[in-house]
Formats: sequence, C-alpha cells, structure tokens
Amino acid sequence: MPADLEFDDVAVSYRQAGRADLRAVDGVSLALHEGEVLGLVGESGCGKSTLARAACGLEPLTGGSIRFDGEPVTRLGRGRRPQRLRRIQMVFQNPYASLNPRRRIGSQIEDGRRAVTGNAPPVAELLADVGLEPDVARRYPHEFSGGQRQRIAIARALAAMPRVLIGDEPIASLDASLQARIATLMRDIASRRGVSLLFISHDLSVVRMIADRIAVMRAGRIVELGTAEEVWAHPRDAYTRRLLAAIPIADGLGTLPGG
Amino acid sequence: MSRVGRGQADGLTESPGADAADWRGLRIGGLTLSVRGKDGPSEILRGVDLRVPAGEVTGLAGESGSGKTMTGLAVCGLQPAGALVRGTVELRGERMLVPNVLSLRSRELNRVRGREVAMVFQDPTASLHPMISIGGQLTDHVRHHLGMSKQDAREHAVSLLERVHVPRPREALSRYPHQFSGGQLQRIAIASAIACAPSVLIADEPTTALDVTVQAGVLRLLRELCDDLGLAVLLVTHDLAVMSSVADTIAVMHDGAIVEHGDRRQVIRHPRNDYTRSLIESLPKTPPPGAGPYDEELTDAR
Repeated sequence: MPADLEFDDVAVSYRQAGRADLRAVDGVSLALHEGEVLGLVGESGCGKSTLARAACGLEPLTGGSIRFDGEPVTRLGRGRRPQRLRRIQMVFQNPYASLNPRRRIGSQIEDGRRAVTGNAPPVAELLADVGLEPDVARRYPHEFSGGQRQRIAIARALAAMPRVLIGDEPIASLDASLQARIATLMRDIASRRGVSLLFISHDLSVVRMIADRIAVMRAGRIVELGTAEEVWAHPRDAYTRRLLAAIPIADGLGTLPGG
Repeated sequence: MSRVGRGQADGLTESPGADAADWRGLRIGGLTLSVRGKDGPSEILRGVDLRVPAGEVTGLAGESGSGKTMTGLAVCGLQPAGALVRGTVELRGERMLVPNVLSLRSRELNRVRGREVAMVFQDPTASLHPMISIGGQLTDHVRHHLGMSKQDAREHAVSLLERVHVPRPREALSRYPHQFSGGQLQRIAIASAIACAPSVLIADEPTTALDVTVQAGVLRLLRELCDDLGLAVLLVTHDLAVMSSVADTIAVMHDGAIVEHGDRRQVIRHPRNDYTRSLIESLPKTPPPGAGPYDEELTDAR
C-alpha cells in the first residue's frame, strides 16, 4: 500500500536551560497509508503532539525526515506554506482557541477553501458533512458549544481538500458523551472523502473504535504498532498492557482499574 | 446569601422518624440554586435530593452544565456571589452534627468546611498555591482547625503524605508544587483535604486532568481512603467508566435535578431513566482488553 505520510527515523529535541536537550521524539518511523485511519496513543509528555506538529512543519527536526506524497515536508517559515503541503490539515485539541472569535464561521471555512486551487466543496456542503445547518456560516464561534465548534474546526480543515487529516487530541476537551460521536464523525468523513487520518489521543478505548491500526508511543518512541484488534486484544508490549489495564470500564461491577 | 427553608428549626431536635437511626454522612434535600441573569433569575439547581452515606462513594454524573459541580460547591457554601441557595444540607459527622450547613453564618461555616467537609478539585496545579511549600500547605489549616503545634502539624503532614503514598514524604514537605507531577500533586491535594479528618469529602472531577495509568492510582487511593477512614465521598465526574469502577451508587444529574440514583450495577446495566440510557449508549462500545495475564489483576481489585 502506498504511504501518504512517512516518518523515517524522526527526532525532535527541545533545548532546556541548564539541562540536557529533551528528546521529545526519538527515532520514530511510521507510515500513514492511503485512506487509512492510524491511531496514535500515549500519555501526556510522550511526544505524540510534537510528532503531529512536526508532520505539519511546525517543529524543526533534529534528525530523520518526514515525506508527504513522496516529497519532504519542509519547515513552515514566515512565507506562504507551499501549495502541496496545504493538503495536510490539522484539527486541534481546543476548539475555543483554534477558531477566531471575531470572524464569522463561513468566512473562516472560506479561508480553507481559498488555500487550495481546484474546486473545493461549497461551505454549505462542508457544514452538512459535519452535521450542521447552512445558516451556521453567518454566526460566530461563541454561539456554539464545544462539540459544535469542533465540528466547525473539522469542516474548516476539510475545506482545503486535504489528503492527510491530523487530529491532535480533537476529543480531549469534549464531554464524554460527545467524544465517541466526534471521533466516529471524523472517521466517517475521512473514509467518505478518501482522506488518510492520523488520530492522536490518550484515550485508547475511543481510538480502538475508529482506527485501522494503532501505534502506542512512550517517551518519544513507538513501542507497539499493529491493527486495532491486535493491539487491543493481544498487546505484546508491557507498557501497552499496563495502559490497557488502567482503562476503567463502564460495566457496573466496581472493578478498580490496575495501576 | 443562603437562606433556610421553613420548618428547619425542628430539624435541630432528633426526631424518631424513618431515618433517625444513627447514620453518618451528608444529606442534601430540596437544594435549589439560582443566579440572576440578564432576563430574570435562572435556575441552576432545581431541587436536588441526595444522600451521601459514610463509608461509601456516591457518584454524581452528568454532562457539563448539568449542575453537578454547582451541587458540590453549594454544599461547601462556595456558590457564586449573589446566588440564591435554598434547601437543606444536613451533615452528621463523628464530631459534629449540623442540621443545615446552608443556614450557618460565615464564622460557623468556616469551622465546618476544610474540617468536616473537604474538597478536592480537578486541577491540582490550580488548587495548590505555587509559591507555598507543600509543608506549608499541609499544615496551615491543620493548625487553624485542630490547634496543633507547628511541630506536631509537620509530623502529621508526613504521615498524611505516607497515607496517600507520596514517595519520600519528609523531603516533599520542603518542596514546591512545580517539582511534582500532576498525579503526585493530586495525591498531595487529597492529603490536604483529609488532613483534618473530615467526615465528608467532595471530589470534583479529581482524575479528569490525569493520564489513565495515573488516574487508576488516584481512584484506588480514593477507594482506599473511603473504606479505611469511613469517609462519605461525593465523586463528581462526567466519566461513567470512572464511576462504574469506584462509586457504590450513582446519581445522574440532568438540567439541575437528579433523574436517577441507584446501585452502580443497576444504573450502568439497567438504567431506568431515558437520559441515563442515552448517556450510557454514547460510551464507546469496547469489550474489555483481552490481555490474558492482566485479567486476574483486573478482577482482584476491591
């Protein structure tokens, strides 16, 4: 299967005053195949968000390379982002911060459409895709709940007709009852539009629902990679097993998760 | 400020009613809370009735905006300024019987909260003071409420930190919040809450900001403290999986009222209320992870 996004021995370090550099991402090799949903899970500080930011050119690499569609992803500078790299789009964790509070929804989605040449779908269609009415376009972000804002952020990302959609903890700031719904929505839209989805989350039980493959990350490295079923049912790595054992299950039995 | 409903005066005398047996814990009755909005008062709580018995974890579930956090705050008299609170919050601890916390004057209230009723919040980096050492934050209220000497309070703090399994407690006393991880800080916040041996502990989303593996440890700690100290724990969270693993009974809140309250197994497996059912149906459908060797570990808990 051809890969849309390929990470080859990627490393990202942060400088720390008075201490050794922090290797946030430490030699990650990973491929996001065409049309697949790849879940990337790990605990806070494991480097998963850094990896996502690197994929968009937001973090300078200290080693390795990231290739999109066969060509390297260059670091985002002050100038315009190259046309071809606009086919990588991102949905961020906090929809309260990622939408501009002072502009109408419609014009923010319009920005995404203008970012690429070609016939991007009209705003109303994009909104319909994420389950919102067309009149939403005339309104402002503050008029919407967190779940609705995240839908808007997804519509905006889709407006640029991405080939790769990256969700960096897109459900972490939502109510529990919404998390599964928004995650499934992202998966459905991605598969309908033929977009590859890199879905980053700390919540294995949600990722399992939507991902074809799951990569487990710890301390900057991928410790396990396999199909969702394999990783869930037969984890090979000890850390994955610990992560799975710690998930509380709503079975009404009062079973405390292993810690 | 808070006002008392009618008929509270006779609540002071022990009436040999149905539940006059010597139960311990917290009983919330007809709790309403309204705040003044742009167009008249808006009701946040519309008559909450809930009993939180000692030695049990009572879960309070609901989506954001359902009023679950406000319920916890109102019990401590921490409602927003200008809010109108009515109803009764009866507290029956080992040391103290309060017929209605809501009718206390602020001086009396200050003797109750922090001592008989303690609270743990979601974000320990916000609930602990960044510029006061852990030792200072674990001894201040103990000296105030229990009148301990500085030396005794320090020894007490060490034993508290041992109690919540913070490593190297003596050294920890002289360190500051930024030197600890989120999970350790939440343990310290819990230590601070139980420092005066309260009878009621209100935990508002205590594990929401934590990673799953850390969450598991904190949940075990809460359960342990509840069982060992006979605390009446009110656990406020939107996470039904967390509820299912640590709460004995679960109350589901919707739009300022409790729509269902029952045994955790009944609420999760056979919800009677439509809203509860919709909450449970929205959870990801996942069979338990099938890692063989870990199954035993999962079931030996409790």
